[in-house]
Amino acid sequence: MKTYDLVELAGRNLREAVLRNSLTTLGIAVGVASLVAMLSLGVGLQQVFGKKLGRSGLFDTVIVASKQDFRNDEDRRTRPNMQSGDIKTLDDNARHAFEKLPGVAEVYPEIRLPAELRFAADGKTERPHFATIAALPASANASEAFEDYQGTFFSGPKVDEAIVMAEFARELLEMPENTKQAENKNLSPEDAKRLIGKELTLRYAERTASADSKNTGSNEDPGGAGFRFSVVRREKKLKIIGVVGAEPYGGVRAVSRGRVFIPTELAEGLNLIQPSDLRTMMRAPASAGKTYITLVVRANKPTQVKAIQDTIKGMGFSTYSMQDASKTLTRVFTFLDMFLGIFGSLALAVASLGIMNTLVMAILERRREIGIMKALGASDIDVKKLFFVEAGAMGVLGGVLGTALGWIIGRVINFGTNVYLQRQDIPTENFWYVPWWLVVGAMTFSVLVSLGSGLYPASRAAKLDPVQALRHD
Amino acid sequence: MDGNTNAIQTVDVRRHYRMGENVIKAVDGVSVTIKQGEFAALLGTSGSGKSTLMNLIAGLDRPSSGAILVHGRDLAQMSSEELAKYRRHTVGMVFQSFNLVPTMNLAENVELPMRFAEVDRSERDARVQDALKRVRLSARLTHRPSELSGGEQQRAALARALVNKPQLLLADEPTGNLDSRTGEEIMNLIQELNTTLGTTIVMVTHERSLAERYANRLIFLGDGKMLDAGEPATTLTAGGVQ
Repeated sequence: MKTYDLVELAGRNLREAVLRNSLTTLGIAVGVASLVAMLSLGVGLQQVFGKKLGRSGLFDTVIVASKQDFRNDEDRRTRPNMQSGDIKTLDDNARHAFEKLPGVAEVYPEIRLPAELRFAADGKTERPHFATIAALPASANASEAFEDYQGTFFSGPKVDEAIVMAEFARELLEMPENTKQAENKNLSPEDAKRLIGKELTLRYAERTASADSKNTGSNEDPGGAGFRFSVVRREKKLKIIGVVGAEPYGGVRAVSRGRVFIPTELAEGLNLIQPSDLRTMMRAPASAGKTYITLVVRANKPTQVKAIQDTIKGMGFSTYSMQDASKTLTRVFTFLDMFLGIFGSLALAVASLGIMNTLVMAILERRREIGIMKALGASDIDVKKLFFVEAGAMGVLGGVLGTALGWIIGRVINFGTNVYLQRQDIPTENFWYVPWWLVVGAMTFSVLVSLGSGLYPASRAAKLDPVQALRHD
Repeated sequence: MDGNTNAIQTVDVRRHYRMGENVIKAVDGVSVTIKQGEFAALLGTSGSGKSTLMNLIAGLDRPSSGAILVHGRDLAQMSSEELAKYRRHTVGMVFQSFNLVPTMNLAENVELPMRFAEVDRSERDARVQDALKRVRLSARLTHRPSELSGGEQQRAALARALVNKPQLLLADEPTGNLDSRTGEEIMNLIQELNTTLGTTIVMVTHERSLAERYANRLIFLGDGKMLDAGEPATTLTAGGVQ
């Protein structure tokens, strides 16, 4: 039988039992819709996280730490009894070595510490505020670390300038706390103007080398000479140049937690004492100069990250990059998508039973008709194809309808979630995304499932004995 | 038409069924020859095996043993695909209960065999019209079978059987569900096809008078065996057929 005759006859047969076939098709549509809605949610979530990580600046950076501070699973597996002698110190020598690696744009330490900041709001006396200071390199501006920003970026690498988070800016301006987080977190342009250009005094502890080597009476580590340091309280006047609403680097880096940001080179020059300094001092060998908990190595291009990471790993340090994060993220989302896909497919599996049931019922009802067709010259293959086309047609219709329905359900879920988030004062996100491959995949899957369901009824119809079928009432 | 050429030849054909412990011999060693252009009637009482033999000749069923030669080709040796092709192009069938597809109108019912025979679409309309005109149903093209009388339905079935221009028309009790006047009308049509187109006719009936009036050869069956065969004038008292 020719294809158009098959399609025409199948169409006729489907129209003859329009209610039953429509309900079966609707069943498939619901199955496809649940699959599309589930997977679009998975893809949407992946996009939201991917975007956040993309903004983290980690795509072109490698975070390096000493293995003592940052041992990953691989280190634990391969060297369970790591001795302190095996561990490379993350010091200036290492920093210089990293700087010389091919493809490296810059190397800088992550600096973050609590400090006192003094500020006098308009017409008021100066008041102390306590906040976390974090250092940002000049490259932060180029790598779009900031979102929702007002003002200018650091005019140079070592300038006495500061950028403040909007929350802290409110505190400085003695404004009431913004309780509605979902609303614009940044200051209004008028409020920002009241702050930008003003002076902020940073009070910090400076680490200075101590000349005093007098024995204090305790058993001093002989190799530790020169490791003494003094703590001197200092002040630094900083000019506020910008206010930022969202945490830099998408909120995923350690420095993102800062409330006031100063240039990295300035922070290094100030010799700020960080809480981790004492620990570093105790561990570092005498020969080591300045040591670091972590160093950030930024590559010229994201494609160079892997080579740089491998080289630094080979030098005996622990590393972490977006390569690892994206691998973990991909793995997590593959499982999530698989889970959502299986969950969504359950409805389609149930729908496939519906197709099978409908077609088996059709065989019973059309038994005599099948006998007539065979008596008139229809072959077993013609009969089989006819049932297949009917199943396929229900699959195509169900697929199209289901994809549209899934799209609508996804939008409704997204809308509902965002309404809920808004009520909870959490910023809204687009959790839902239907890529083209999902549309094509869902429709193909729907047709394949329908054809699969039609296999048994079609072969049963084809095998009907025409003599028996013609006797059927 | 060459009246000496064999259209159908069955050679010791048997069709046995197993029903539990018992073997039912529906057709048991029938050898019969029907010439091309002949109008043959298979006569017998209920259960004599005439419909089974008809189904075997139609290629709807396969013999347990023996050969069924139609135009020299043995149906018993054909694959199911070849049998379908045979039914499509060589045979036309009419049944006692008409067997029109109730959800199709007359034109669609008559067109159906042409779909299986892959007749070009442009040809179909004209052939549907011709076939329905021959059975005087041109005005009922768009009617469904349920809107027609029994006679009209059987005429439509006849048009459907003829639309692929078969060499063999098999009619299983074609007047069984009709009153005598309508039955006569149908029989006249079948005879007309036999005489004008030279179509070989094999008709199953249990009415001897009908067979004697229209057929030029009678074949009597009883208990699955052939009891007697010959021209109406020369026959025959076999099988208790009245």
